[in-house]
Amino acid sequence: MTTPVQIERRAFLQRLAASGLVLVVGATGVRRLEALDAHLNPVAGDPFAPSVYLSIGEDGIVTVIVHRSEMGQGARTGLVMAMAEDLEADWSMVRAEQAIGDPKYGSQNTDGSTSIRDGSYLKFRQAGAAARVMLERAAAAEWGVPEKEVAGQNGRVAHARSGRSLAYGKLVARARLLPVPTNVPLKPESQFRFIGKQMPALDLKATITGAAMFGQDLAMPGMKIAVVLHPPVYGATVASFDATAALAVMGVERVLEIPSTPIPSGFMPLGGVAVVATSTWAAIEGRKKLVVRWNASPNDGYDSAAYRAELEASVRAAGNTVLDRGNVESALGAAAKTLQAEYYVPHLAQAPMEPPAALATVVGDRCEAWACTQDPQSARDTVGAMLKIAKERVTVHATMLGGGFGRKSKPDFIAEAAWLSQQVGAPVKVVWTREDDIQNGFPHSVSMQRLEAGLDAKGKIVAWRHRTASPPIGSTFEPGQDFESEGELVGGVLDLPYDIANVRAETCRAPAHARIGWYRSVTAIFHAFAINSFMDELAHAAGRDPLEFMLGALGSDRIIDMTTVGAAHPVDNYGATWEEHPHDIARYRRVLQAVAKASGWGRPLPKGEGRGVAVHKSFLTYVASVVHVKVGARGALSIPRVDIAMDCGYAVHPERVRSQCEGAVIMSLSNALVSELSYANGRTVQRSLNTYKVLRMNAAPKEIRVHLVHTGGPIGGVGEPGVPPVAPALANAIFAATGKRIRTLPVGNQLAGG
Amino acid sequence: MRLTVNGTARTFDGDPAMPLLWFLRDELGLTGTKFSCGISACGACTVHVDGHAITSCVTPMSAVAGKSVTTIEGLSTAGDHRVQKAWADANVPQCGYCQSGQIMAAAALLKKKPKPTEADIDAAMSGVICRCGTYTRIREAIRAAAGMPATTGAR
Repeated sequence: MTTPVQIERRAFLQRLAASGLVLVVGATGVRRLEALDAHLNPVAGDPFAPSVYLSIGEDGIVTVIVHRSEMGQGARTGLVMAMAEDLEADWSMVRAEQAIGDPKYGSQNTDGSTSIRDGSYLKFRQAGAAARVMLERAAAAEWGVPEKEVAGQNGRVAHARSGRSLAYGKLVARARLLPVPTNVPLKPESQFRFIGKQMPALDLKATITGAAMFGQDLAMPGMKIAVVLHPPVYGATVASFDATAALAVMGVERVLEIPSTPIPSGFMPLGGVAVVATSTWAAIEGRKKLVVRWNASPNDGYDSAAYRAELEASVRAAGNTVLDRGNVESALGAAAKTLQAEYYVPHLAQAPMEPPAALATVVGDRCEAWACTQDPQSARDTVGAMLKIAKERVTVHATMLGGGFGRKSKPDFIAEAAWLSQQVGAPVKVVWTREDDIQNGFPHSVSMQRLEAGLDAKGKIVAWRHRTASPPIGSTFEPGQDFESEGELVGGVLDLPYDIANVRAETCRAPAHARIGWYRSVTAIFHAFAINSFMDELAHAAGRDPLEFMLGALGSDRIIDMTTVGAAHPVDNYGATWEEHPHDIARYRRVLQAVAKASGWGRPLPKGEGRGVAVHKSFLTYVASVVHVKVGARGALSIPRVDIAMDCGYAVHPERVRSQCEGAVIMSLSNALVSELSYANGRTVQRSLNTYKVLRMNAAPKEIRVHLVHTGGPIGGVGEPGVPPVAPALANAIFAATGKRIRTLPVGNQLAGG
Repeated sequence: MRLTVNGTARTFDGDPAMPLLWFLRDELGLTGTKFSCGISACGACTVHVDGHAITSCVTPMSAVAGKSVTTIEGLSTAGDHRVQKAWADANVPQCGYCQSGQIMAAAALLKKKPKPTEADIDAAMSGVICRCGTYTRIREAIRAAAGMPATTGAR
């Protein structure tokens, strides 16, 4: 029986399908989504689905079920390319469909630059290859010819000897009955038609016509819209509220207190007061009229200036030793020259252009939600926890994401929508405004790094001590997490590439007073800034060219055995093994040399201009950057050009790898030049995009040149590793141009004083 | 009050203080115009009113009475406005969320200045934030749409 709710759902899904959210053709895709949700029994004419990631219809349409979220990084297109390659698909018949959150897909957390590298690329190729073999076997049986005489080619199986061929769609009925083969050989690179080639991004047309549907764009018949007045301080709770004036706003229907979660609150909602209305405008206006009294929070006194002093004190004393080799104290004592410096990077806000938004409908003990989520599985778990129902009763669909950068890995806003739908008995869309996003999000952690080094008489580094203090992300999930975790120390601290005999790394205490979360490239932002800035300072102290100094300090090309570096515990490698992804010094050298050559490193520049260089590995990918700056009167800074060289092993979709590098340059320059989230009285000082600054066109580099260094090696991450080296390359360029050393980000108006 | 949206006559009888953005998104379902900041700080909601680029999130309905509004959905019938074509050729979008605003700002610029200078581009486009960082491609796409030579080197 079809209920009115189901009819509405169907109309809604058809609208989603038409919008480009699910790029499926005709009714097939809509039926598929409904089938997943409503557990309809398979019927005759069902597609051939030899893998959870693939189905082929009798119409020949190849639907690739992409389980990772698309937020501009190109994962959807890249994974579809991988599937189409070994399937020998006809590209014009291939569609992408976004998977719901379900553990059967493996991890769906679109985070950590993992969508291609963590094995999905191979899984998709293997699924495509297995399906092709099944279609080939079906055709061979149909024609009564040996299997080895037929081959899948561009969406058809062909029999060369007889000249016959059949489209994949015509073979679906027979192929469906065959067992799924394993260990099918994959195509050699020389035969690639899609992988490594420039393919149009699947979502391109939808994004230039306004048809793409993001979380903020969701709509459903009977839907209410809610905005939430969140606690102004992390850990504050509602003491009392007066909704009279809010309820008087035309269109406001309900005002409800959302239960808060005791801190650390993890992924759960912060609580607050929700205004539920018939339109977004009414909800926003209603919220302005709320009068709320808040209970005290232990974070009421959080103040960024005072906290900076606390971090300084923390790194000026010994911390927990996490890596120790040689004897740093005696080497520092014996050094011809010693240097120390401290580097500060403030909190940052991810500020994706689309603030978080989610639509949920709770009917009985079932919940269905749509949201701009980086992880529909953790969203499902969190919604289940909020509603106190089994997660199996929750279906979460990922829309396209208007940027994520880590913010949308956290599903608190989806749980808000689900809880409100349960309370009001109607579908509810929760709209986070920009103010919510800046003030009540999951900020990137603040940090202080103290570096000390000793040089011998020839200018070689003989001792290196790195102390780092930064509230860890773990503090959002567990009490008493005051030190960076081991996983947060990869990306420079534990895997420092330089050939130095005496090294110690220490973590220093840094208790959290905000809801710390991931931000594109995470701790590598401040570790790379400190390490690369300090290398530049050491080069100048040694009287050497910074590039030559870095290349020299890397030592000989070699694989570093990470069990012998002196780490207190086995060093994490972004979830990969060190055998699979070794720490390879030659790859640092290659990206440095590539970027130096391409950027014209060493060529003279006019007075007031300078170049800076930096290199960093994170997420298994090696990146070097050269930034060219021009500093004019009163410190006016412009950036004529940035060069960035990336070695991600193998670029599955080079055009999207380039666009990720360009974007990483801009985001890193935002972090370096203008972005800062600071706190006073526990509240963010910046309230929206007028005061939380990000880079705009007029301050962007005039030119970004991307250089992909192809090593054919194991595939590394792409979305994040471009970010870390750019900010220090900029700071080093400012030093080259002006003699002014930047040790605090953002640069802001530090150059104005002359 | 009456107004025209993408060539179609529309009427509105609600709160005249409500921003145009919400009329477009909530009432007409034209969600190509994006909500991002609500205070005219980011440009994601840029539309044309009588041919001029404005931020719809702070433009009250009272200000558009009798006017002609064009949104991304009405810029062309098949996504083939020269700015959209240049955007596709340069593969500008990443997440795409700001791109409606970018395209509408660029189209208005080229209407006013068929051969914009770098300073013209900076002035017209700096109000529209792209957090994915597509600025260099936007600059090149505008130059391509204007029939001007590219400035940057190899990609």
